[in-house]
Amino acid sequence: MSDIEQFRQEVRSWLEANCPASMRTAMPSDEMVWGGRTVEFKNEDQRLWFERMRDRGWFCPDWPTEYGGGGLSPQQLSVLEAEMRRLRCRPPQINLGIWMLGPVLLEYASEEQKQQFLPPMARGEIRWCQGFSEPNAGSDLASLRTSAVEDGDEFVINGTKIWTSYGNKSDWMYALVRTGPMVPKQAGISLVVLDMASPGVTVAPIDLISGKSSFCQVFFDNVRIPKTQLIGELNKGWALGKALLQHERRAMSKFSEFALPTHFDMLEHLQRYLPDPQSPAEIVLQQRAVACLMEEQAFSLSNRQIVEGMRARQDVSGLVAISKLVHSEQEREKFELLLELMGHQAMGWEGEGFSQQELDLTGSWLMSYAQTIAGGSSEVQLNVIAKRVLGLPESK
Amino acid sequence: MSLIYSDEQQQLHDSARDFLAARSPVAVQRRVRDEQIAAGFDPQVWQGMIELGWSAVAFAEDYQGLEFGFGGFAPLFEQLGRHLGASPLLSSVVLCGALMEELASEAQKQELIPKLISGELRLALALEENVRHAPDDIRTTAQLAGDELVLNGHKALVDDALEADAWLVVARLEDGSIGLFQVPANSEGARCSARSLIDSRNHAALVLEDVRLAASAQLGSADITQALELALDRGRACLAAELLGMAETVFGMTVEYLKTRVQFGAPIGTFQALQHRAARLFTDLQLARSTVMGAFEALEQPGLAVPERRRLVSLAKWKCNLAAQRVSNEGIQMHGGIGVTDEYDVGLFLKRIRVAQAALGNSDFHCQRYADNLNK
Repeated sequence: MSDIEQFRQEVRSWLEANCPASMRTAMPSDEMVWGGRTVEFKNEDQRLWFERMRDRGWFCPDWPTEYGGGGLSPQQLSVLEAEMRRLRCRPPQINLGIWMLGPVLLEYASEEQKQQFLPPMARGEIRWCQGFSEPNAGSDLASLRTSAVEDGDEFVINGTKIWTSYGNKSDWMYALVRTGPMVPKQAGISLVVLDMASPGVTVAPIDLISGKSSFCQVFFDNVRIPKTQLIGELNKGWALGKALLQHERRAMSKFSEFALPTHFDMLEHLQRYLPDPQSPAEIVLQQRAVACLMEEQAFSLSNRQIVEGMRARQDVSGLVAISKLVHSEQEREKFELLLELMGHQAMGWEGEGFSQQELDLTGSWLMSYAQTIAGGSSEVQLNVIAKRVLGLPESK
Repeated sequence: MSLIYSDEQQQLHDSARDFLAARSPVAVQRRVRDEQIAAGFDPQVWQGMIELGWSAVAFAEDYQGLEFGFGGFAPLFEQLGRHLGASPLLSSVVLCGALMEELASEAQKQELIPKLISGELRLALALEENVRHAPDDIRTTAQLAGDELVLNGHKALVDDALEADAWLVVARLEDGSIGLFQVPANSEGARCSARSLIDSRNHAALVLEDVRLAASAQLGSADITQALELALDRGRACLAAELLGMAETVFGMTVEYLKTRVQFGAPIGTFQALQHRAARLFTDLQLARSTVMGAFEALEQPGLAVPERRRLVSLAKWKCNLAAQRVSNEGIQMHGGIGVTDEYDVGLFLKRIRVAQAALGNSDFHCQRYADNLNK
């Protein structure tokens, strides 16, 4: 038996012995376990599964063992992931910091910083949030102005970050801050990490048009952090931020594997709310709904094409570039159609007269507006396609 | 089965690209048009395609085919589209070939398929009786008179009918079922007259008045609806690939123009209004390609449920129709004045795109067909 086959056998029997049966079922979104200083478990199986994976070093399976990781090779990592999928194991915790910040720390942080942060991260003891966007730096992120001014051995941070997911529940933040000049604006940015419990940090959750959300605004009022919390070189943070955003895309696709938003099936709604179209207007509506289904299937084929293309080492950059744009716009388009199909039943806000599914639909429709903005708005996506994929020239 | 080209498909793709670039540039289509060549294609180019094995690609080795699989047509039609190449590959080989395979007797197949492959026999499918694609609307009749068959009817548009050796005519039998009849082009009572369309290809109307045929002219004995539908689905997938190829060429020309055309002191491709429109067209094309691959994958899976095959093929024709329509309209608009001149090639692509969009079902037809096959 080859080494990798032997490894597969070991992994399989370990998972079978250690993953509780209830952790091998589909995970409702309210049963996700989030790592951090205080971890909340809903039941004993969650705690067991969390602790066993932690102790095995498999929160971070491919990190070096010296930092608390599992020390697995890329090949072994994919075996572990495949076996977990096969047994339908839930992720023992959700920890975006491990997936996004982790690789950047491994590559750019000093040895002292690695020793400070990686082992507790690998034990699931730090929940991270991301401080990138600001009220006046959205699509034009590099114009950010939250400042970090050197003062002896410290930086003094002033300003505000917005759209910080789970800012109110996180232990630490990694943030892009201005430490240098505004011209050129990318050249004065640094990456720092800070404890959310530091004096001067306040967090305000943001209500969206869809209601409560995980987004927060974070304010910094003379927040002092030691200079040892600068990651990488001073004023060289822009490149690290871009690397983080690369990992963000991967983290988000990993996250969406577990935390699928409620899927609203257009066909099911069509049959329920327009079972027998008669008038020309109803027939036109039906045709628009079918066109929406067809666009969805085209997109799902393109997703499969990405996977197959990557496996065959083909260039799939064009498909990847359109993915976020197409998906977020298709979803919004679908909700708009569902609104037309269901009339006021899709516009319920609360209370009697609406099923939970109908109320969820209202929320998801309103939330779909955020999806075409967050993580690079549709316009930013179109810029990227035009410039990087099509090679259209920059305006001077 | 896969949504990406295999190495073999990629080789076919590359060799088709090289052949068409060298032997069948758009200038060849201009010459065919300007010299009013009735066949609508250059016979030497067609001969070259035959020599490269294009007509043999999907047929079984028993009939002197290459047994490459139907998937071979994906890169071929994509490249035909890219170069605006005209040939009877769709009419004679894909459509009539599929019907032969499905319906003809073993002896007929042994005799006729090798001739289809060699080009010695060129067939055209006489189906449409309507202005829009309507495969169920068959009023042409086939009546038994003694040991003969008598055909009467009017076929509104038959692609590649002129100079074909015979037409495969879809007609209704007395019991209401649909049959397929091989009508030699010189049959008494058959009148084939050219219909000159915008794409300058070979189209004709066919009138059948008491055309008498031997009973052996009927291909297959039972109702042919299923075989016809499979053949049409193959044709639709090929048209989708052709539309994709044409749209990609127009898009490529347009992006190039955006980079080089200077107005207001800058390449017009620096203007964000145009950049975003171009990016949206690119998005459509990427999705269109995925649907073409999905359709060919479906057609290579004989075990696939028929409704699923129908959905995937209709999805591809629908998406490629829409993408090619958008790209051709935007392509011309972004070219400005030169885009509407006959000298510039983009107009030739527009004309062929529109005819290919309508052929074997426009977008509404395929949206409806997709709807009819949901939940089956």
